[in-house]
Amino acid sequence: MNPAGELEDIKAVSMHGIVKRFPGVLANDHVNFELCHGSIHALLGENGAGKSTLMNILAGLYQPDTGVILINGKPFTFHSPRQAIEAGIGMVHQHFMLVPSHTVTENILLGLDKPRFRMHLKEYDHKIAELGEQFNLQVDPRARVWQLSVGEQQRVELLKMLYRGANVLIMDEPTAVLAPKEVEDLFRTLRTMVAAGKSIIFISHKLHEVMSIADQVTVLRRGKVTAADIDPSTVDRAQLARLMVGRDVLFTLEKSPQKPGDVVLSVKGLEAENDKGLPALRGATLEVHSGEIVGLAGVAGNGQRELADVITGLRRAKSGHVLVQGEELTNKSPCMGIKMGVSHIPEDRTHVGTAPNLSVTDNVIMKTYNLPPIGRGWMLNSIAAERYAVKLKDAYEILAPSINTPVRLLSGGNLQRLILAREISSAPMLMIAMQPTRGLDVGAIEGVLRLLLAQREAGAAILLVSEELEELLSLSDRIYIIYDGQIMGEVLDGDIEKIGMMMTGTRLELIQQQETLSTGA
Amino acid sequence: MTETSTPRRRFPISFQLEPRLTDTSRWLSPALSLGAVVVALLIGGVILALVGSDPWKTYVHIAKASFGDIGVFSDTLVKATPLILVGLACSVAFSMRLWNIGAEGQFYIGAFTASTVVLVPLLPDDSPGWLFLITMIAASLIGGALWGFIPGFLKARFKVNEVISTLMMNYIAVAWNNYFIFAVWSEGGFQMSKVFPKNAWLLRLSDFSNQVPAFRGLTTHFGLILALVATVVVWLILYRSKWGYEIRLIGDNPEAARYAGIPIARHTILVMMLSGALAGLAGMSEISGVVHRLQGAISPGYGFTGIIVAWLAKLNPFGVVLVSVLFGALILAGREIQPSGVPKLIQGIILVCLISSDFLMRYRIRIVRRAEEM
Repeated sequence: MNPAGELEDIKAVSMHGIVKRFPGVLANDHVNFELCHGSIHALLGENGAGKSTLMNILAGLYQPDTGVILINGKPFTFHSPRQAIEAGIGMVHQHFMLVPSHTVTENILLGLDKPRFRMHLKEYDHKIAELGEQFNLQVDPRARVWQLSVGEQQRVELLKMLYRGANVLIMDEPTAVLAPKEVEDLFRTLRTMVAAGKSIIFISHKLHEVMSIADQVTVLRRGKVTAADIDPSTVDRAQLARLMVGRDVLFTLEKSPQKPGDVVLSVKGLEAENDKGLPALRGATLEVHSGEIVGLAGVAGNGQRELADVITGLRRAKSGHVLVQGEELTNKSPCMGIKMGVSHIPEDRTHVGTAPNLSVTDNVIMKTYNLPPIGRGWMLNSIAAERYAVKLKDAYEILAPSINTPVRLLSGGNLQRLILAREISSAPMLMIAMQPTRGLDVGAIEGVLRLLLAQREAGAAILLVSEELEELLSLSDRIYIIYDGQIMGEVLDGDIEKIGMMMTGTRLELIQQQETLSTGA
Repeated sequence: MTETSTPRRRFPISFQLEPRLTDTSRWLSPALSLGAVVVALLIGGVILALVGSDPWKTYVHIAKASFGDIGVFSDTLVKATPLILVGLACSVAFSMRLWNIGAEGQFYIGAFTASTVVLVPLLPDDSPGWLFLITMIAASLIGGALWGFIPGFLKARFKVNEVISTLMMNYIAVAWNNYFIFAVWSEGGFQMSKVFPKNAWLLRLSDFSNQVPAFRGLTTHFGLILALVATVVVWLILYRSKWGYEIRLIGDNPEAARYAGIPIARHTILVMMLSGALAGLAGMSEISGVVHRLQGAISPGYGFTGIIVAWLAKLNPFGVVLVSVLFGALILAGREIQPSGVPKLIQGIILVCLISSDFLMRYRIRIVRRAEEM
């Protein structure tokens, strides 16, 4: 018997015939999935395709209705994540499970049997620092989690799993919260881990990332596997997209030329602080006209969030003005803006945009409950509210068992659709859209972008804040670039180089000066 | 983790707890509550049998003591009336996650302000009944609302924790009341005021015993009507009005409420005032309908029982009525059974079972057959 040869045949993870049913939906329909040792296997699919469900089964959070799981050839049943970790399966979730006020070491040791009573944290600090060095996951073990950047927090999550001896790491949409540079770092880390003998499952819907990092790709659609173990170097994005969605997906949309109208939003010299009390906006100035989409590009954390908050009345401006259709809205309450027809798609849709335990109906009327036909005088017409909810549910294809379901049970994509439905259907005059397609799959993104374009044609003024440059380029009529709380410049021709330079801090005037200098010479 | 081919014989099935991931049917909650009560009665029955008494007979006796005939049922309703009002007061506040622990104090202040109408006096003793009724109701609502306004304002303006402020104000209210019954309005040196003039008493069913002989001796009073009207009003407010929608939204996610432009500070004050007013009304109902005077012991902790009532009724106004009647029955039965600890025992067991059953709303039990893999 050749042990080496045997090992090559035995897969790290092997799932056969997995079936998982939830009331009203067959999440996994006889799914087979295999992970080879030392490889990065991407699991691709739309929201609701069943990839998170499948991985949650592997990680011990759910039990399959039928089906078999083999780890290194041995069958296992996991009744809890702890059992999965004991078998070497560790999952890093999209929403981190860290305690912000504790240190890195304390978070990593959480729930373990050792240390038993007295914690000799210095020893463990040392051990964890070593582990970090080994896998290229440097982070200060004594730092408190709230002080860390998102990328560093993700490293802590990875270290948590590695410390527990995970050999198979499942990463759920890991790049959704990372800046482009952090994504590069993450990919480097993943390759280091694979070289050290770990195997990785990478859940994503971002085609270009999947194509760059994965050794193999499996595509799920509506609970079934549509393509298994594909080598990404042999296919192109359009093919993968078709496998995910079942039809051809347009990557660039038709945009009709539109003449912009009057100024709807005017922001002048806005200054504001962020949550930590540091200046986040240092005199931002921009304008949006009706019938146009204005993009705001910039790396996350340069003041976009604070800008949207000030415009919609959720944050105080220390100085400067926000004018909507000529009216001064600076530092007025959000309801004034709502009355005027300002709609806001928030960045943090679960925490800010919805009430998780209230029904779909209750969430959908959040902006319109004050107006007839739903709100008359003091009363709320519940029949009108329900009719409105059903209309929006059908029109925007929000998948939910009923309009009375509490929205915390909805998937992320459906939640986003609900928020969009709510904000768009009120025919807003000005729309502030923060990362409207974040966390959505290819098919849903296309839908959202179409809706935004439709609003533009209807004459709405849209400020689109996004980290996806491609999205901004294809949708926007003009693009502003924000850096360190100031607008660096405006780009009308989609010149990526100029945009890139502005995103890293060079003002437009400086770039133009350099251009004239170089052409002059 | 389990692996196959273990030679040891294990119990073939095991129970695993899984969190519920989907919405539950509307009937699950009341069915669980009913089931909890049944389980509690069974447990109580076992304990009773162990100490040598006949559980069935005991239960029958308790049921008879509270619901057996129209007379005792009427007494049960009398006990339930203030619970309904205080339960509503707490439901309204809790719907917005405002923890009003001060219903007891608001009850006392409502009783106090209603008494001022009679004892200052604000109205002459021979004023018509309806005038007394309206002014005393108004006075109790204003008094209770004021007692709720203070902690509400402190929270809205200075972020003072309402659990502490409402709790402390209970003591102030009782002491305030005591001052008046010991000193200012004391009747013959006793710790109670003079008896209210007849016109200031709430109507009782027994007042109509001339017209309807069956009503003889029934103590159910007009306060019950007030409580039932309040139930409907609170339900309309919470589930059919804009204000109620805003209250529930703030309670569920204050961030989302801010994003929707709802003024949270204003609602904090208004809801505390409404909650206080309802508890104050309960105070008026007790002194005008039951004891007909202001005295020290007008509440055996109604304000705190109301919190439990609201919680068990899952903040639903109609549920509050049901739970209040149940609790009223248990309080009444406590007087009838020897040893009097038995109904308290049952009350406690029911409480524990009801609270535990809530856990089944969020988790379900899954029967897993072992050695099934492969």
